[in-house]
Amino acid sequence: MHVTMTVNGTEVTRNVEPRLLLVHFLRETLGLTGTHWGCDTSNCGTCVVLVDGEPVKSCTALAAMTAGHEVRTVEGMADGGTLDPVQQGFMEAHGLQCGFCTPGMMLTARALLDREPDPDEATIREAISGQICRCTGYATIVRSIQWAAAHPAAAPSEQEVTA
Amino acid sequence: MTTVQERSPMPQEREPNPAHSDPDRPIGYGRIQRKEDPRFIRGKGRYIDDIVLPGMLHGAILRSPMAHARLVSIDTTEALAHPKVHAVITGKDLEGLNLAWAPTLSADVQAVLATDKVRFQGQEVAFVVAEDRYSARDALELIDVEYEELPVVIDARRALDPGTAVIRDDKDGQTDNHIFDWEAGDKAETDAVFARADVVVSEEVIYPRVHPAPMETCGAVADYDPIDGKLTLYETTQAPHAHRTLYAMVAGIPEHKIRVIAGDIGGGFGNKVGIYPGYICAVVGSIVTGKPVKWVEDRSENLMSTSFARDYLMKGEVAATTDGKILAVRTHVLADHGAFNATAQPTKYPAGFFSIFTGSYDLEAAYCSVTGVYTNKAPGGVAYACSFRVTEAVYLVERMIDVLARKLEMDPAELRLKNFIKPEQFPYKNKTGWEYDSGDYEPAMRMCMEQIGYDDLRREQAEKRARGELMGIGVSFFTETVGAGPRKHMDIVGLGMNDGAEVRVHPTGKAVVRISVQTQGQGHETTFAQIVGEELGIPTDDIEVVHGDTDQTPFGLGTYGSRSTPVSGAAVALAARKVREKAKAIAAAMLETRPEDLEWEKGRFFVKGDPSAAKTIAEIALGAHGTVALPEGIDGNLDAEVTYDPPNLTFPFGAYICVVDVDPGTGKVKVRRFVAVDDCGTRINPMIVEGQIHGGLADGVGMALMEFIGFDEQGNCLGGSFMDYLIPTAMEVPDWETGYTVTPSPHHPIGAKGIGESATVGSPPAVVNAVVDALAPFGITHMDMPCTPARVWEAMQGRPTPPV
Ligand code: FES
Ligand code: FES
Repeated sequence: MHVTMTVNGTEVTRNVEPRLLLVHFLRETLGLTGTHWGCDTSNCGTCVVLVDGEPVKSCTALAAMTAGHEVRTVEGMADGGTLDPVQQGFMEAHGLQCGFCTPGMMLTARALLDREPDPDEATIREAISGQICRCTGYATIVRSIQWAAAHPAAAPSEQEVTA
Repeated sequence: MTTVQERSPMPQEREPNPAHSDPDRPIGYGRIQRKEDPRFIRGKGRYIDDIVLPGMLHGAILRSPMAHARLVSIDTTEALAHPKVHAVITGKDLEGLNLAWAPTLSADVQAVLATDKVRFQGQEVAFVVAEDRYSARDALELIDVEYEELPVVIDARRALDPGTAVIRDDKDGQTDNHIFDWEAGDKAETDAVFARADVVVSEEVIYPRVHPAPMETCGAVADYDPIDGKLTLYETTQAPHAHRTLYAMVAGIPEHKIRVIAGDIGGGFGNKVGIYPGYICAVVGSIVTGKPVKWVEDRSENLMSTSFARDYLMKGEVAATTDGKILAVRTHVLADHGAFNATAQPTKYPAGFFSIFTGSYDLEAAYCSVTGVYTNKAPGGVAYACSFRVTEAVYLVERMIDVLARKLEMDPAELRLKNFIKPEQFPYKNKTGWEYDSGDYEPAMRMCMEQIGYDDLRREQAEKRARGELMGIGVSFFTETVGAGPRKHMDIVGLGMNDGAEVRVHPTGKAVVRISVQTQGQGHETTFAQIVGEELGIPTDDIEVVHGDTDQTPFGLGTYGSRSTPVSGAAVALAARKVREKAKAIAAAMLETRPEDLEWEKGRFFVKGDPSAAKTIAEIALGAHGTVALPEGIDGNLDAEVTYDPPNLTFPFGAYICVVDVDPGTGKVKVRRFVAVDDCGTRINPMIVEGQIHGGLADGVGMALMEFIGFDEQGNCLGGSFMDYLIPTAMEVPDWETGYTVTPSPHHPIGAKGIGESATVGSPPAVVNAVVDALAPFGITHMDMPCTPARVWEAMQGRPTPPV
């Protein structure tokens, strides 16, 4: 079947199996491998993307169900050379180690900050509670999101390219 | 020793490293951002499932639904008829290639695809290769397997009973489920101390089966080129070189024709040390089809079949005087190794480094014996940041110290303080043969107590108890033994536990470092660049770290057991120092003076007494590769290589205190606070060090409260998905509070001891001790992990049950 959706601002149309999961559509059909996959039961959240601005576990949605919607993945977070403050915050506060949960965590953080620019710690923890990070113990993820909340203007990319 | 107290500063408060002249181009140690992060935060990591090769096919594994059954027949006709299926491989096919069984890392063999029997639920039975991932899984449904059920052995305590089904009847002469007996310490001496002790406490302590469960599951992409006979194997591996050697030994492909590439690894924690059947199947699939084959397991396959952790049933005993002097510890352990003995550990240590169960205490005697048995469960056993079973050892001794404290009615922190090995006793030889390199335990313990406000908490607890509220304070103090290891004692399948490093300074003064260890998130690309930068005065940005590709890096055993910094870090530092020595000779030639007249300051040599007569590392590098007349015996480059053989292990330590509140109605445990004071010797990048600690603390809370791989009587795995195997989220863990002391390792070139597993090792007893402390009003002296609400509630009713 033909599926059309907007991914990171670009409209795409592909012919796919009706059973194709959104996560596989993004990763394999479109080659956007920044969205990860980590469980069979919708528990881990490494697959989180934004659909119309809301975090969605892309392993739990069919590509077909997403037709007509706007999808944003980690590849669409930076605006050209300018990083999203959330991305910058994760580097500043060591919010990632292996990086596997990171795209999903950052997108959830982006959606949270869009909704609530200055969340407290409990709100941040609750926002990411559907996602598992096995490396960081979460405190640095919370601090990364706090950093982003405190630095809403995006930073120029040169600064971090050298990091 | 320096003593520093910190409550993890927010990043903007970080201090500049005084050695950095240009703050934007830091050199050497200090808190800097990680070099690997820019790709990860853009989604540009390259994990196993991101690899796509032209013409690549997809593999999937058919697994046994039974825990123990004879394989009667496998019919693959229908699967082979599937239009998108290219091959179906069974154990019979592998037998023809002599690959049905593969050696494990513990001198046993493991079935790649079952031929005679299946021995655990989830065991590999057949491998399908198809055009895409969905078709490969569709075809699994079309394979018809007939099994004949056999009696199942799940409880390790029953495994050696007469008449019990023999799991490993494939092994010549194996007539029961016994694997090994191993002991350490002096039994007679220990028994004598116990016989004359005022007080003896004992407790059955179980460290249940858990799983490392990295967020990325295991997988491989095999690409065999039949023309030049070269196998390129992308793998989720923590030990690329060891894997290459093993593939050469097992598959008969010459080692120089095998290239193992470990790209970005989405967490390992020991889960990615071994060679799994799926990897071998992908290789065979590629050889059979002539195309690259990708195999990536799903989460239930990961939890049910790949390397588990722990599963130690321990009887702990402590002998002491009435005034709280600990005299001796003694234990017998029943170790459940599952269906194949596939633990990854040094050959002479079938129970890993468990004999460090003497802990941080100055004892008169100690003795442990360990019996390993087969059961119908997945194989594996040394994983989940366990430092080769130091986790089990520390849990046992730290739990038992609390049991003793209760018996003696002493404060558990005071009891520990009273019995610590004293700073002047280091290097300290313990009663099971380890030589602790350095330590200063009391300041770490006192710092931890002060930081958490120990005395105030005890007062608060007393008030709460009076009101019927359940609050617990749990203390643990650990000493690890990591950085394996000296080759005269330690090898894995005959390979000495050493690691190589190569440092090359290019003509323009930029450096490349090649290392044999493999990051899974620990930040090697940053830490190793900082080590070289510290030694040579080259900015971190100008140093590239190459790893994870056997064609490009020197041989070494890989990353596990917290060995990267202790072993590879030493190799890198020494290689950099060799470069510096060479640079000195070349600088002398350039400055027309003698090397002994030169002095080093970070980044340059200058003539003693005349700092203006100097050559920087970059100038020397250009000279080395240029036209400078080189001194005798110096060749025209600025490179060096070292393979490091550690003289001893390193012994990081730490003091942890956890505060919990238990809901008396539901048994739910809430971790209110957790303070961790760690000493890992020299801290190269404090941000990374702290990150490692945080991750391990979450592991500890997970194991203590939630994580558990259980089985029912039929051998069905009850922890086979993230619905059942519970991992802490941000809601279950507190904001970690940390502090540190620095007691460098005297035998390590830069004094670093390693930190990767400290917190995973040290935190479970702190949490469990806190829970048991909270339950003291119910007369509970011990309860086993995981302290789930239901199990805590049971304990409160006076019947704590062992986890099964
Ligand atoms: S892959 Fe785990 S929740 Fe989507
Ligand atoms: S950084 Fe590894 S899982 Fe979160």
